[in-house]
Amino acid sequence: MANELIDFTLVSIALLGIGIYGLAVKRNFIRMLFAIEIIINAANLNLVAFGRFIPDSGGQTLALFSIAIAAAEVAVGLSLIIVAYRMYQNIDIADFRSLKG
Amino acid sequence: MADIAFLALAVITIGSAIAALEMRSLIYGSIALMGSLGGIAGFFLLLDAPFVALFQLAVYVGSIAVLILFTVMLVKRELIFKKIEDKRRKFAGIGLMLLIMVSLGAVFIDSGIKTITTDEPPVDFRDIGTDFVTYYWPALILMGLILASTVTGALVLARRVDVEDGQRAN
Repeated sequence: MANELIDFTLVSIALLGIGIYGLAVKRNFIRMLFAIEIIINAANLNLVAFGRFIPDSGGQTLALFSIAIAAAEVAVGLSLIIVAYRMYQNIDIADFRSLKG
Repeated sequence: MADIAFLALAVITIGSAIAALEMRSLIYGSIALMGSLGGIAGFFLLLDAPFVALFQLAVYVGSIAVLILFTVMLVKRELIFKKIEDKRRKFAGIGLMLLIMVSLGAVFIDSGIKTITTDEPPVDFRDIGTDFVTYYWPALILMGLILASTVTGALVLARRVDVEDGQRAN
């Protein structure tokens, strides 16, 4: 195999950095969901890469579980966006302040 | 050393991840996110994990990205094209991103995994199926229940009470 483990790990670190940047800077609810998706995908890439180089089937199994749970998380997140948009007519998280004391 | 396919996939994945966050339009942003998720599926193919790659294509590119597109369509048009972000935080965010990339990258490059290569044959996908029905079967059942309950919860959350009461809302 031409590619080494460190290559995949570096791509994963880059995606993690981009996701954290998105979470820190953006105030748009949908874009923050994008950033969370990118971080989850970086984690999945790490799982499969380490599972390939050990080699062990556990990495791919855990990645499949992680993908399925991420699908559930996105469904709940999108329905929260719809509810919040219906309440505030906006997707700026700085406007969602009804829980603020 | 990495080969051409790896480098092309890395450029596509990281480039469209940046585009997904930075494009002005949310619709183009979600299409760029689709490209990034497809690039990850390509990495899974490079890692000899075709089953996970197809699962990624079916679940992420096929359903999650389409779900996000439909949600974006429910939002007002001005909000789709408006950039909402903290201007003051932008440089701090870029600094945080570079700090994470450089420090974590330095730690990983300095660690022992730099020399790890493998000549062993890849894991057969039949082993994954065996894993699922033998060792991980309670987790599999739990995952099915969690998926069912979260999708039901999402439907209940997004339900419109006013329509149920017989009054058409405009």
